[in-house]
Amino acid sequence: MGQLPPDIWIAVRLTVELAAITTAILLIAGTPLAWWLSRTGAWWKEGVAAIVAMPLVLPPTVLGFYLLVALGPDGPGGMIASLWGARTLAFTFEGLVIGSVVYSLPFVVQPIRNAFEAMGDRPLEVAATLRASPLRAFWTVAIPLARPGFLTGAVLGFAHTVGEFGIVLMIGGNIPGSTKVLSVAIFDYVETSQWREASILAGGMVVFGFVVILTMMLIEKRIGRAGL
Amino acid sequence: MRTLKSLMAAVALTATGLGLVQAKAAETNVAVAANFTSAAKDIATAFKEKTGHDAVLSFGSTGKLYTQITQDAPFQVFLAADTARPEKLVKDGLAAAESRFTYAVGKLVLWSRDPALVTGETTLKQASFEKLSICNPAAAPYGAAAVETMKSLGLYDALKPKFVEGANISQAYQFVETGNAEIGFVALSQVVSDDRGSRWEVPQDLYQPIRQDAVLLNKGEGNEAAAAFLEFLKGPEVHAIIVRYGYASGMSS
Repeated sequence: MGQLPPDIWIAVRLTVELAAITTAILLIAGTPLAWWLSRTGAWWKEGVAAIVAMPLVLPPTVLGFYLLVALGPDGPGGMIASLWGARTLAFTFEGLVIGSVVYSLPFVVQPIRNAFEAMGDRPLEVAATLRASPLRAFWTVAIPLARPGFLTGAVLGFAHTVGEFGIVLMIGGNIPGSTKVLSVAIFDYVETSQWREASILAGGMVVFGFVVILTMMLIEKRIGRAGL
Repeated sequence: MRTLKSLMAAVALTATGLGLVQAKAAETNVAVAANFTSAAKDIATAFKEKTGHDAVLSFGSTGKLYTQITQDAPFQVFLAADTARPEKLVKDGLAAAESRFTYAVGKLVLWSRDPALVTGETTLKQASFEKLSICNPAAAPYGAAAVETMKSLGLYDALKPKFVEGANISQAYQFVETGNAEIGFVALSQVVSDDRGSRWEVPQDLYQPIRQDAVLLNKGEGNEAAAAFLEFLKGPEVHAIIVRYGYASGMSS
């Protein structure tokens, strides 16, 4: 197999960091959103749900284009960046996190929302009769019951961020250690006919993808059994 | 089952349609290095007017297109941004040796949207910018020329931390155009008809001339339009277009 070039490991580490941070942000921000979507009676809730689901159907180039402009000096990203004296959020790790959060949003919110909805009103009503405050009921009843949804959301959000390519290519600038993630590194190797490096990384991704899907299926099987 | 049948009918219909189109005028698929995008579009239009043939253009970095061609991409003509890849394709047995010629010589420009930023090589020495956009030097010859320029000036190591890399020269330009990078090395052809910003045409002694070679690929053998396109490239109409876009003509140099 020979020695692997060090930039492969830099790319792997960066990708894992990006996916982990993105997943954490999405779990924190996505949970209230999923809760609201599952509970509210507002007539426009499906409109919000549709917006959340948009990254599923939009080509990454659409998001990449908007992000490139929005993160730049003419957009809000440039204003934020100027707080610490920079000009743009493009070409930064932070910029990639913003892009990934948008891109992977539906993959985290949807399973959590489904889990909250599958739970129904009954457990919360029971909690209320036992004089649990809504907040307490949320933490001690709803969250534990929706655990499979959180697990699915976390796995999918992480995996989907690892698999992100188009957006990163458009806003990343291919900087080792900062924006050169795995998928871009593979693209780079292929473009420059470095088949060995490309196939090592691509093979790794195939194994990773298999493990993720297998994990998902096992989680679902366990839930199914628990449900019975 | 019915869906399958109607699908097959649709496929058959499309195939017939394509057949009809092909019978009327020949068509050739041309892989074009990204720096030559605008010029190639003008050339394809002029080509259609003169010969009636269609040149269908695909753009990308020279490295990417080369890789695709080695993997049996359906291109018949290759307009590269260097001499090395067409030469390699000839060696690989994927292109016709005698068809290879330099159709243009490209020029490298340091460009910024800011009208005051670029004054000359001092701009690179002072380095009062955050990001310098180039294209991937391993895949795109203009990126290699940019690196060579900075090395000639002894500034490569100092500037390297500021690099942002586009996958091809179009993206390197786009990073500067959107203002995300203040400055970048682009092809003269990309900014020649644009008076905005400031620029420095890099002196030729700082980098090897970017000789851009065209070659007929194996898939184009016997294709009337492919041969006609390569011939057309050597003609006076194309010469005028190439010069207008800031290239030197490959034939005269």
